[in-house]
Amino acid sequence: MKTAVKKIYIALIILFLYAPIGTLMVLSFNASKTRSKWGGFTFKWYAALFRNDDILKALFNTLLIAFLSALIATVIGTIACIAMTGMKRRTKAVMMGVTNIPMLNAEIVTGISLMLLFISLGFRFGLGTILLSHITFNIPYVILSVMPRMKQLNPSTYEAALDLGASHLTAFFKVVFPDLLPGILSGFLMAFTMSLDDFIITHFTKGAGVDTLSTKIYTEVKKGIKPEMYALSTIIFVTVLVLLLLVNLSPEKKEKNLQGNK
Amino acid sequence: MTSKNKWLSAPYTLWSVVFIIIPLCMIFYYGLTDKTGAFTLENIAAMATAEHAKALRLSILLSLVSTLFCFLLAYPLAMILANMKVNQHSFIILIFILPMWMNFLLRTLAWQTLLEKSGVINNILTFFHLPNINIINTPAAIVLGMVYNFLPFMVLPLYNSLSKIDDNVINAARDLGANGIHTFIRIILPLSVPGIISGITMVFVPALTTFVISTLLGGSKILLIGNVIEQEFTQASNWHLGSGLSIVLMIFIILNMIISAIFDKDGEGSML
Repeated sequence: MKTAVKKIYIALIILFLYAPIGTLMVLSFNASKTRSKWGGFTFKWYAALFRNDDILKALFNTLLIAFLSALIATVIGTIACIAMTGMKRRTKAVMMGVTNIPMLNAEIVTGISLMLLFISLGFRFGLGTILLSHITFNIPYVILSVMPRMKQLNPSTYEAALDLGASHLTAFFKVVFPDLLPGILSGFLMAFTMSLDDFIITHFTKGAGVDTLSTKIYTEVKKGIKPEMYALSTIIFVTVLVLLLLVNLSPEKKEKNLQGNK
Repeated sequence: MTSKNKWLSAPYTLWSVVFIIIPLCMIFYYGLTDKTGAFTLENIAAMATAEHAKALRLSILLSLVSTLFCFLLAYPLAMILANMKVNQHSFIILIFILPMWMNFLLRTLAWQTLLEKSGVINNILTFFHLPNINIINTPAAIVLGMVYNFLPFMVLPLYNSLSKIDDNVINAARDLGANGIHTFIRIILPLSVPGIISGITMVFVPALTTFVISTLLGGSKILLIGNVIEQEFTQASNWHLGSGLSIVLMIFIILNMIISAIFDKDGEGSML
């Protein structure tokens, strides 16, 4: 009985989280152009999507920025983690404190602060300024994913590699890097997701004429969202879902899970 | 690894000074000066004007209510998830991260479709002969939007700190004669404080400062402090006033950070 109540509770929360997603998916097949009426089943918005250059351009920008910002943030963040392990406690605490600022600060404050910076540096607002901002708020996610791995690391293995004649670089890539890899990968994915879903910071740091999907949707809100947008987000969501299921159900991963390392 | 550390820390140190520290200083510079560059406290005092104070009060009220709702919804959920004890750590995180792959503006807009007068929820309610709800374009819809968007930020830290509690501690309490409620109040709740504090911070700050959720679900009449600041920057182009109001907002954020630093020294209640 008690477990039934628990299961119902979990199911209700999941319903709450996923109901809007289901709604959007249904809307992407709605022949009627208005949100509030069901006009029959259609694929026409999916066909229209691939002829809509504006949306495709915004999609390209979004993916490009997400990929580049996650990649650069991963490199900078991982290097920062390595640097922090050898630091004095005080310095390390200061660095972690600074790292926490973009995480804990309000996005609107981060957005306008970067906007003011770019204005006073005389930067031209566009993809470049969006990219710099996204790297900035992505680095903390990488550091917070890699740091726990770093702490578990056994420093003796690295020293052993050096004693056996490996150079610093070889020792790092052969010994340390493989241990850090899961943290680095999840940091990258986290950063990619955050960049993809960001609106507020992009809103303040983008230039006129440059749009990501988020900012494009925001300008469409008043006129009414184009149904192609629903089609696109359904495609993105289903793609990610399928990829995740494939990764999670692959035999290799299952074996790892059974070994019980969390 | 120690010899090269100084050099290794350079890229991130440089990055955080240029893109985190200096931009924050710029807000203070703009907020404390007027258009001629002279020092003034006017932009900060502007928060006290009736219109701004009303927006701030409403923002604080709505964000407190939604933080409370998030906590009440998330705590039992996190306890259930933590007690499942199956090795599903990454899977559980996934369930809450996955919705982010559908654009957050679209997800929030979808609530319009669900909440409208003749929307999905009201159709279902009518079918069961239940009274309809009309909360779209009211503060209640904004609270719902906040709870919807920020619930994962409450669940994940709570789940993390609850699943770290050693079973033996709970069993010991039981052996010593504590009943379920007693164990919860004396053992589980205190041990999950880092997660609670971190969850509250993660929900309260974005809820307090949002301008998107109020725009999408509140109609255009309800102004939160986030909307006021956003308009100063994008429409009125009065960066000095916008920065001044942001400084006031940052007082709340900094208070929040201090509290979380005191209660969560080791980052135990972190999200990941």
